Amino acid sequence: MSGFAGVSLRMAAESSPKIAIIDENPIRAAILEEGLREAGFSDVAHVGEMNNLLARIYALDPDVILIDLENPSRDILEQMFQVSRAVRRPIAMFVDQSDSASIQASVDAGVSAYIVDGFRKERIKSIIDLCISRFNAFARLQDELERTKNALEERKVIDRAKGILMKHKSLSEDEAYVLMRSTAMREKKKIVEIAQSIITASELLK
Amino acid sequence: MTGRAQGTLMPLRIGFIPLVDAAALLVAVDKGFTREEGLDVTLIREVSWSNVRDKLNLGLFDAAHLLAPVAIASSLGLGHVKVPIVAPFNLGLNGNAITVSPALHAAIMGAVEGDPLDPLATAKALKRVVEARRRSGAEPLVFGMTFPFSTHNYQLRFWMAAGGVDPDEDVRLVVLPPPYMVDSLANRHVDAFCVGAPWNSVAVDLGIGHILHFVSDILARAAEKVLAVRQPWADKHGEALAGLIRAHHRAATFIEAPEHRAEAAAILAKAEYIGVEAGVIQRTLDGRLKVSPGGEVRSSERYLLVGRDGAARPDPVQAAWLYAQMVRWGQAPLSDQSLQVAMAVFRPDLYDAATGTSPPMQNSVADGVGAFAGGPFDPADIAAHLGSFPIRRQD
Repeated sequence: MSGFAGVSLRMAAESSPKIAIIDENPIRAAILEEGLREAGFSDVAHVGEMNNLLARIYALDPDVILIDLENPSRDILEQMFQVSRAVRRPIAMFVDQSDSASIQASVDAGVSAYIVDGFRKERIKSIIDLCISRFNAFARLQDELERTKNALEERKVIDRAKGILMKHKSLSEDEAYVLMRSTAMREKKKIVEIAQSIITASELLK
Repeated sequence: MTGRAQGTLMPLRIGFIPLVDAAALLVAVDKGFTREEGLDVTLIREVSWSNVRDKLNLGLFDAAHLLAPVAIASSLGLGHVKVPIVAPFNLGLNGNAITVSPALHAAIMGAVEGDPLDPLATAKALKRVVEARRRSGAEPLVFGMTFPFSTHNYQLRFWMAAGGVDPDEDVRLVVLPPPYMVDSLANRHVDAFCVGAPWNSVAVDLGIGHILHFVSDILARAAEKVLAVRQPWADKHGEALAGLIRAHHRAATFIEAPEHRAEAAAILAKAEYIGVEAGVIQRTLDGRLKVSPGGEVRSSERYLLVGRDGAARPDPVQAAWLYAQMVRWGQAPLSDQSLQVAMAVFRPDLYDAATGTSPPMQNSVADGVGAFAGGPFDPADIAAHLGSFPIRRQD
């Protein structure tokens, strides 16, 4: 592909390997890219477009390829191990029978790595570890976002139910809340569930 | 039926790819057959064969719906970590098709001499098309398939090579995830592909592809997907594995009964399983496919076999055939030891013990494979067999 310059003598490959991140999620890719740069890996490229993926990778000619496991295009990369492929340098998956803990951790985190044959093992290890921690950080961030969204939704439901109680039972805001909370405790339910039943009931009785 | 006490279900995590040939697994779980065997199965839908393989190998899955050649490649340590895999149940025979773009279809039909359903005739026609393109300076044709270690890869290669087309020199074979096949054909990134259901039918329905061949035209019986477990897991959990095999056997029998087809198709169509229209799935199960955008329909008894005609019983001869293809195309060296390992992945003994069926199951294909070219297949003499093919990567 013409978007990527393929001319690269890269005399300093060992000091600063070229890393390609293949991820359709631009935020996660940015988080990983930033982490890699902070760790001193300056030659990082992001591929977010899966069309003609192999051609894009060959044009980049990376030393290390990182790909997220949610990406169906991972199977395309398996083709790089074939003898009859049209590629300049042999590429292997990061597999080391002696280090299954590291593979397990990366699969758990949702990322996989492919390296050019002959690349030093200690160096890939530091990249993988960084990848795992950034992927996990991203997952935590997403969880948090999800929780915040849910909490906001719940608060809206509780506020609506409170309003209904205040109107129909002439309670103060505090009294309405206390009533819902004690009902929830008695029935071993969450306040939001009680609030939802109040809203449903009031809609039925309209 | 179950040796386990009430309330002590064994939890199992099983990975699958949303394809029709996961039918026996999906129906076994959905209809509660696995539960009746004391197994509490959680199904995990995956997006790539690499993921399925890695998660099975690492023990994140107890079992998986897996490409038969991947089970063999894992056991031989080809392309990845060496993990011995056992396949005690064949989830499907055949089921793939070769779909070509309207332009390539017209070109092949224009060059074909004889019956266009005869794969030798179409392969020779492909050869003429390839030569004409070369003379006119056109780019080589691109064929999509699903994985380097896949029946799709071997079926495409076997077919075109019989007509004199070298799959590595004369055309380009590229891996594409099945859900991307149709788009790639529409966008002309590929000229043809070999893939399982429902993707061929989807391309035909959209008017952008013609089904040129069912793969059963190329090979009468090809082991397509297997139920795969790690060897140490099979050794340790013999009883659970037997229960799993029985539940699959029951599901396969259920699916093959014509009066259950509609129900089976409706189960498979669910969003959490395959998530396409039930009608498209039933066409596949019935082996009655629309093959051209014009509406032409073709039926085959052999399109996809889920259990009938002894299909579910793993046949080591088919494992040997797949290994022979790995050798032919330079993925594996030829050795007796590797052949033994490959054949031992397929475990009819575990199948027989669990289901109580008695070997040998009769099937209608003399050498167990039924390839359209190259003479009968003999696992005892792979070297001579491969030697008879002029186009090969083997040294």
